Amino acid sequence: MTDFADIWSYLSQGPLLWLTATLVAYAAGDACFRLAGRAPVVNPVLIAVALLALLLHLTATPYATYFEGAQFVHFLLGPATVALALPLFDSLPRLRRALWPVLAALVAGSLTAAVSALAIGAAFGVDATVLASLAPKSATAPVAIGIAERIGGSPTLTAVLVILTGITGAVVATPLLNLLRLRDWRARGFAVGLTSHGIGTARALQVHPTAGAFAALGMALNAIATALIAPFTLSLFQ
Amino acid sequence: MLHALIAILAFQLIGETLARALPLPLPGPVLGMVLMLAGLVASPRFAALVRPTAQGILSHLSLLFVPAGVGVVGHFATLGNQTAAIAVAVVASTVLAIAVGALTFAGVARLTGSRDD
Repeated sequence: MTDFADIWSYLSQGPLLWLTATLVAYAAGDACFRLAGRAPVVNPVLIAVALLALLLHLTATPYATYFEGAQFVHFLLGPATVALALPLFDSLPRLRRALWPVLAALVAGSLTAAVSALAIGAAFGVDATVLASLAPKSATAPVAIGIAERIGGSPTLTAVLVILTGITGAVVATPLLNLLRLRDWRARGFAVGLTSHGIGTARALQVHPTAGAFAALGMALNAIATALIAPFTLSLFQ
Repeated sequence: MLHALIAILAFQLIGETLARALPLPLPGPVLGMVLMLAGLVASPRFAALVRPTAQGILSHLSLLFVPAGVGVVGHFATLGNQTAAIAVAVVASTVLAIAVGALTFAGVARLTGSRDD
């Protein structure tokens, strides 16, 4: 009879186990989110990540082994980014009517994200590599990593900061914007997508379709804006 | 569904190719999104074809960030003694950027009479 250890060693080598675990962890996170009455603090991504990190730790599974299975989910990020053209397309008529607010919010939001992160980092005396990795963290991950490499940051640290910025934005956006008494779904969505890229956009899509479309727009435009302003803002703090 | 999937992957493929061939600061999928938007504007039939599949992929967009998020946990150690400073910088700048971005949008919308209806 095959014992449990043999079955485990077989399953833990293939992609099936960790692909299933990723989907189950997310389903559990999503169930918690619904049970909590869609409270933004109960973020499904955060719960899924915590559950999986704990599971990998308990089973002493290396991240590379986990990623063998999770890569199928991770791969869909690219096609999903392309698919964001659909909510953008659906909002084109209202986008045309919001050209000036979009441009003004893009410049103000993008500068605020980079300058405030750099100012706080510099005030705490973090080293130059960390500073260069902080500058592009509001851009979507592949863009941020590319920018960080060009201005002397660390690609790994940038990836960490990008994800943390995304989750922070997804968690704080709704209570923060309610506190500011902003009811314009365009303004709310655009600011969240601009600041917290895809994770913020995913959150905005859950809240309101208009917010989702403007978040996708904010993410796309800030990818361009960050590439242009990050070298300049970093030079202010060096 | 098959044709819609081919279209989405093809736009990403063209985007990735352009991103490498041209000196653009944008990643392939973002270029693919811009190209796909042009395709949707050009043809209502194309929009109808890709709609169900695109909506299907987007309906669980948050899920797609889970593998990268798990990777982040393993890198907390690399932050070292600067962890607190980095955490403050990330949280404060995120709060500020969302607030400033949204307030600017709403303010300029009011000034220019841009309403959402």
